[in-house]
Amino acid sequence: MRKNSGFIKQLKEGILDNNPVLVQLLGMCPTLATSTSVENAIGMGVAATAVLICSNIFISLLRKFIPSQVRIAAFIVIISGFVTAVELIMRAYFYSLYQALGLFIPLIVVNCIILARAEAFASRNKVLPSAIDGLAMGLGFTFALVIVATIREVLGAGTFMGMDLFGEYYSPIMILVSPPGAFLTLGLVIAIVQKIRNNIEDKKRLEKLMKVEFVDHSAKLAKKEDESV
Amino acid sequence: MSFGEILLMIFGAVLVENFIFARFYGCCPFLGVSEKPDTAFGMGMAVTFVITLSSAVTWLVYKLLELFHLEYLQTIAFILVIAALVQFIEMFLRKFIPSLYSALGIYLPLITTNCAVLSSALLNIQNGYNLIESICFGFAAAIGFTLAIVVFAGVRMRLATAKPPRSFKGFPLTLIAAGLLAMAFSGFTSLSF
Repeated sequence: MRKNSGFIKQLKEGILDNNPVLVQLLGMCPTLATSTSVENAIGMGVAATAVLICSNIFISLLRKFIPSQVRIAAFIVIISGFVTAVELIMRAYFYSLYQALGLFIPLIVVNCIILARAEAFASRNKVLPSAIDGLAMGLGFTFALVIVATIREVLGAGTFMGMDLFGEYYSPIMILVSPPGAFLTLGLVIAIVQKIRNNIEDKKRLEKLMKVEFVDHSAKLAKKEDESV
Repeated sequence: MSFGEILLMIFGAVLVENFIFARFYGCCPFLGVSEKPDTAFGMGMAVTFVITLSSAVTWLVYKLLELFHLEYLQTIAFILVIAALVQFIEMFLRKFIPSLYSALGIYLPLITTNCAVLSSALLNIQNGYNLIESICFGFAAAIGFTLAIVVFAGVRMRLATAKPPRSFKGFPLTLIAAGLLAMAFSGFTSLSF
């Protein structure tokens, strides 16, 4: 029971509270480049998630054997091994996706999210939490990619996963699928996320303030009553 | 490839197919180290130095892999070569050219995980360039990166004094400014050869 709630908490942390792209602002290159269509975004997200889970498990297993001076180099070698495996699998079974993503599959090696999780989490924790962390962060990355890609594909091309949505009368906003649109869309999405976070923060602060005042007031009342007695 | 064609390739790699604005390679340092023009220029120079050298070295390494039919190991081999090269450049500069080291030193460790370096090495192989062409392409791509990051640092200097709405403060504003700059750069697309 407790284990289960920890799992859900870790997932929520990765997807919402501590989303690697929208909150931690890591892994910008793949987010900007592969969010032209939802299909590409899902492909990229799944590939990165697979690498993230495998590398987290492996690094966590080896965490007591890797000397700390060469740990970054060791992490990069482990990660690039898994990236090569994913690349070969995609070339064999998902060739069109492999071609659409192009160089961004081998570039998963230098994706900051994976190295950051290896350094901050997998090298300090046991295997199972590390695997779950990899899954959570990978899903968070995929989630962010899909949001940006949905906005860009629906408004920029008038389609969703390749299906025509609006018929022939809709003239798509071409700029959104071109490179400048990537920067603009991601900027707006992060602005919305910041707005939501600011609102939550303000609400918390207000609640705290009100609580303090309420306590103060009741304390004063109690004092007054004491005095009158 | 004749000299003229190489010149066109360099021109294309700097402006038309700019690494940042058209291909999104190296966005992390582009968004991270572009607060002031002089640090941006230092980062750009360090990247240029490393990419030009690594283009030559990774090309040779690829020929070596080809010899043993191990082409599928290119990603691992390239990232290792780049990491070793960056470490080596850092030690070499510290020992022999301290003035250059003090200018570029702090940026060097960041470059290993800069995707511009790995992607230019992979692009050289994908496009089937020979050694001279690889070096020229790497150099041109890095100049394009430097141009983008220095121009963007100038834009961000102006943004530092702006007062945006609270939710746009920081990263969103930077991204939108980059989007507008990318629009300006997309004007070069019609120049493609």
